[in-house]
Amino acid sequence: MSVIELTSKNFDEVINNDSKPVLVDFWAGWCGPCMMLKPVVHEAADERDDFVFCSVDVDEQGELAERFSVMSIPTLIIFKNGQIIEKTQGAMSRDKLDMLLDSCIAGKNN
Amino acid sequence: MFDLAVIGGGPAGITAAIYAVRAGLSVKIFESDTVGGQIVSTASVENYPGCANMEGWKLANQMKAQIDDMNIDVCYEKVVNLKSGEDIKTIVTDKNEYQCHAVIIANGCKRRQLGCKGEKELLGKGVSYCAVCDGAFFRKKTVAIVGGGNTALEDAIYLSKICEKVYVVYRGHKLRAEQYLVDAVKEKENVEFLYNTQVTEICGEDRVSSVNLKDTKSGAESRMDINAVFIAIGLEPDNGVFKNAVKLDEYGYIIADDSCVTSESAIFAAGDTRTKSLRQIVTACADGAIAATQAQKIIYHKGKREKVCQ
Repeated sequence: MSVIELTSKNFDEVINNDSKPVLVDFWAGWCGPCMMLKPVVHEAADERDDFVFCSVDVDEQGELAERFSVMSIPTLIIFKNGQIIEKTQGAMSRDKLDMLLDSCIAGKNN
Repeated sequence: MFDLAVIGGGPAGITAAIYAVRAGLSVKIFESDTVGGQIVSTASVENYPGCANMEGWKLANQMKAQIDDMNIDVCYEKVVNLKSGEDIKTIVTDKNEYQCHAVIIANGCKRRQLGCKGEKELLGKGVSYCAVCDGAFFRKKTVAIVGGGNTALEDAIYLSKICEKVYVVYRGHKLRAEQYLVDAVKEKENVEFLYNTQVTEICGEDRVSSVNLKDTKSGAESRMDINAVFIAIGLEPDNGVFKNAVKLDEYGYIIADDSCVTSESAIFAAGDTRTKSLRQIVTACADGAIAATQAQKIIYHKGKREKVCQ
């Protein structure tokens, strides 16, 4: 699946997904660690169908960054039924991202 | 069992792996974060030959593409111990154990922390160690950079273009940065230097709102309203897990000269992690090449492998 680019127009509709958790990658083109994380998120999006993968360009969507108090990027926020269940800062490898996503799925069954 | 473990995927480790694979060794890189090391968060690389003005992450990505093309295995696990047997070295990670014939430690350095109150609590809420990553969230705001070295002044130049006002807070009176950087910062009208000044506390509820300062000479205390604090007080070694395997100096760097040879046979140290006078991408790469060549000699000399190339 591809990564959905979110704007303030489609944001709420997409994150209020009641069938799958939604991962949102807050990034910008001038941020080195973001550019290292981006292909990792895209790879995960191609291979996993248990999440909806999205991204927010903080330069274009400053109000979304402000709304979620994003002051350091890359930030990943995972939403379930529109609620934040996980928030991380910094780039990570594919293994770490999978661990993060798996832990969110595991939490769902509790 | 494989020939060579390279601990760290920055320029030193990547170069070591490239040289070692080309010499016919089987190699595994261990990286706990992302490949590229410190250059990932460097705005612009200008002193590495071939890169007149390249964003750090692009150089990191090119290095990664190179090892991917060579099918070099990167193991994204955190090394928690290194056991040195006579012939066999054991790498213990947070997930597994691996055995190999030789090790190159190229784990780089970590960012030094201020250690003041509020630093940890407000991390990512206005406290940052990466101006290039987080500076843009403080457009037209007032920010402070703590430090007086090259990174601090590079950050000051970067932030001066984005922020309303930039304070450089430095506890000494003579900046350690290269003169051309000092000159460049002094030309920026919105940058102000606070010498002999120490940050004693970073304050704020859900985001940074002020810092408490102390004059290191008079002891006078003051408070300054601020939206963000960028900490750039240098790097320190991160060699706690290797202290039983190799000798460290009083600061924690692995004792090794330009040959990259450590106190322990078949364990080498390359890049920022070892005792050296200049820590740069180019010197890290040089170390990587030297360490890989040393490792190759030892592995072939001990007859652990048949020579596959000369």
